[in-house]
Amino acid sequence: MTANVTIRIQEADFDVAREISALTKGRTDIGAVVSFSGICRGSEGSERIAALTLEHYPGMAEAEIARHADTAMSRWPLSGVSIIHRVGRITPGENIVLVLTASEHRQAAFQAAEFLMDYLKANAPFWKREESPGGTSWVDARHHDDDAAARWTKS
Amino acid sequence: MKVKYFAWVRERVGKAEETIEPPPGVQTVEDLMAWLAKRGETYAHAFETPRVIRAAIDHAHVKPNAVIAGAREIAFFPPMTGG
Repeated sequence: MTANVTIRIQEADFDVAREISALTKGRTDIGAVVSFSGICRGSEGSERIAALTLEHYPGMAEAEIARHADTAMSRWPLSGVSIIHRVGRITPGENIVLVLTASEHRQAAFQAAEFLMDYLKANAPFWKREESPGGTSWVDARHHDDDAAARWTKS
Repeated sequence: MKVKYFAWVRERVGKAEETIEPPPGVQTVEDLMAWLAKRGETYAHAFETPRVIRAAIDHAHVKPNAVIAGAREIAFFPPMTGG
């Protein structure tokens, strides 16, 4: 069976259970589904976060995520991948991003999900603007995310 | 060619996109950043630290030494913070 790939960028919230259901519907070859949700926190260190606004590069964001999904599917035996990334203004407690991976056995699903998140963090063209009591500022990228993505490079 | 700016690069430049015609001597992404920086104060401020600016040509990440000839769209932006 061919892999089921869903990539969406949207302002609206997503429903994880509904997305898992869509990914697995009609398939009897899936033995494992791994789900990662990225959620807006209410604080960064000692600073309270009032909201995040996600900006993105329409066209490139979809293309880049699709490239990541293709890479994941070429490295692991996956039955399906769903990646949903929200944009716009998001408040603490709300969903930001969803990565779902499905496979026959769990190892592929677990590893592919982690790989996709590491790559998304380092390479997907989105930018977060943070509103806090101190004002509004652009979040700085972390070297940690580049390092996390780099560790998946085959030696 | 079309140039797009995102996040604080856009804020500093003061516009989200524009159409440009760089002269023949401007061959790479880093040449282009240096050329754009000379267009005015806002551009100089945006591109004052070129090594923190990332670029994409036709929706794919490229390195500073990438050739710009033939590009339809070039984008400049800070390191990404998605996910």
